[in-house]
Amino acid sequence: MSHIIELHNLTKTFPGGIRAVDDLTFAVREGEFVTLLGPSGCGKTTTLRLVAGFEEPDRGRIVLAGRDVTEDPPYRRAVNTVFQDYALFPHMTVAQNVGYGLRIAGVAREDIRGKVQDVLRMVDLLDKIDAMPAQLSGGQKQRVGLARAIIRRPKVLLLDEPLSALDVKLRESMQVELKHLHQKLGISFVLVTHDQKEALVMSDRVIVMDGGRIVQSGTPAELYDHPATPYVADFIGTSNIVAARVVESAAGFIVAEAGPVRVRAEANGFAPAGGTRVQLAVRPERALLVARGTPAPASANRIDGTVLESFFHGNSVRINVDIGQRAPFMVDVQLQLAMGQAGVPDAGTPVTLVIEPSCISVFPDAGAR
Amino acid sequence: MRLADRRRLFAAGILSGPLAWTLAFMFVPYAIMFTYSFYTRRFPTMVPDFQLGNYLALFLDAQYYQVLLRTMKIASLVTIAAVALAYPLAYFLVFKIASPRLRAALYVAVVVPLWVSYLLRAYTWKTILGSEGVLNSFLVWIGLLDEPTPLFLYNQFAMVITLTYIFVPFCVMPIFTALEKIPRSLIEASKDLGVGRLRTFLAITLPLSVPGILAGATFTFSLTMGDFVAPFLVGGADGALIATVVQSQFGTALNWPLGSALSMVMLLIVLTIITLSDRLERAGRLDLA
Repeated sequence: MSHIIELHNLTKTFPGGIRAVDDLTFAVREGEFVTLLGPSGCGKTTTLRLVAGFEEPDRGRIVLAGRDVTEDPPYRRAVNTVFQDYALFPHMTVAQNVGYGLRIAGVAREDIRGKVQDVLRMVDLLDKIDAMPAQLSGGQKQRVGLARAIIRRPKVLLLDEPLSALDVKLRESMQVELKHLHQKLGISFVLVTHDQKEALVMSDRVIVMDGGRIVQSGTPAELYDHPATPYVADFIGTSNIVAARVVESAAGFIVAEAGPVRVRAEANGFAPAGGTRVQLAVRPERALLVARGTPAPASANRIDGTVLESFFHGNSVRINVDIGQRAPFMVDVQLQLAMGQAGVPDAGTPVTLVIEPSCISVFPDAGAR
Repeated sequence: MRLADRRRLFAAGILSGPLAWTLAFMFVPYAIMFTYSFYTRRFPTMVPDFQLGNYLALFLDAQYYQVLLRTMKIASLVTIAAVALAYPLAYFLVFKIASPRLRAALYVAVVVPLWVSYLLRAYTWKTILGSEGVLNSFLVWIGLLDEPTPLFLYNQFAMVITLTYIFVPFCVMPIFTALEKIPRSLIEASKDLGVGRLRTFLAITLPLSVPGILAGATFTFSLTMGDFVAPFLVGGADGALIATVVQSQFGTALNWPLGSALSMVMLLIVLTIITLSDRLERAGRLDLA
């Protein structure tokens, strides 16, 4: 598959010396759904605005469908943007908003009407075709924004936190709709979000950004199961992160010690020598909570601890266990039966955590980075 | 006392002062003037009456309706000139000055002349346009003129220039506010949809700033309609405006009924303009949030 858009060594510094985007290089394949994920200030929105042409890079190139568009103004780029605040023209009806670009481009009136109806049908908003933006709800406004952005069949659709202003229920259904729309249109989507769940649900590939740079790029499953850094491990999903020291390193395995706790972990390409300081990360749902003394496979790590408190999440319970570290260890227990919190151990119960070596990620210590 | 009653009493207390002031010094005088406009003049005073002679005179006697027409012409010219100058200035301040501090400073620089005496500002144009003035000296110095010309001063042209200069800030303020309220994302969205700068301005920025233009134009037109200082200072023989005539009717001419009738017609014109502009502004009012 060929690349529809390529960013080469893009750098953008704002007045005041804030380097929003720092030597950024990545490419998006034709038809791919890529998400730029990171906390506010990580440079993801600036990257999108550079692609749209709203900002000019200090250095670097942007190549769209084989053509260098770095110097092109926004109106000469075959990309369209869905804005966070919708950016609907308040003095125009829905139809006028959606058909705006075509009208100014001189497309015949009947053709515009037909195309506007097509895209509005696609976003399920045909009945509001003659409404004014002020009469629409937030979700409807964003559908209009979406329809307006796809009517010109851009090579890449840019979405700048399009769902962040919507409430949770609506956001979840819009995520599914966006994904369907992407499949139907077959054009590349570049989404910017700070919501890791949104990124995991919708994307073919997620690019995690921090400080204007790419921290990790991969499929949602890769990022979740094999985070490259503790930052990613913590930003995507939740992780128990424990500082430890390597005491043994051999044959793809390491043994690390953190205070009273000693664990075996798969080294996964990273094989620190004995004595190295590392960080260990474990997902709360990858640890098994059992009563103290329950037998476990010999290969698994067994860590004894005491229940501190538990939090009911509906489909699961998160239990904080004291294992002699600075922070309590979080374990998620799925609730298979409608038993409420009946089976959940009380505070003070002695328990054992069973963790497979493959479920522990090993990172160099953050201080040593 | 119930909370609602206390609130009502409090509101009434706050309102009573301004209300009494407006009543005593605006509505009562207007009512008196309205009554006078039907009186009959009996030199050197007037007698109570109810007749439309004063109003008829305004529309039959050329010296009055021509001044009225001239005033409306001057007011229109000043309005057009002020908007034409104020719009690019406000646009520049809002869209081209990136630093909010510099923008605020320049905005204050536009408004600050309003704190200087009106008379003084009108007078400066005398020194610029006069025979001994800056403009003449300059033109003679560069050799365009052999000797200073009196043509710049004491005519309608001088009046339009002076009034435009004086009222431009009143135009800049509402246009600036209207432009500032337009979300930047709307302009970005327009460009994103393949529309160039000029078309974006015509289709998005201009229509959304119409309320500001209307407000500025209304200020300028109404203020010019009632001006009597500029004609007095720089207007010359054919420069009398309606307010000048009103002044003379109440002064030297001692014809209060006619002066009142003139004032009433002026008031009617200005109120019509304000109402129209308010209607238009309301019709086009949009939620930009």
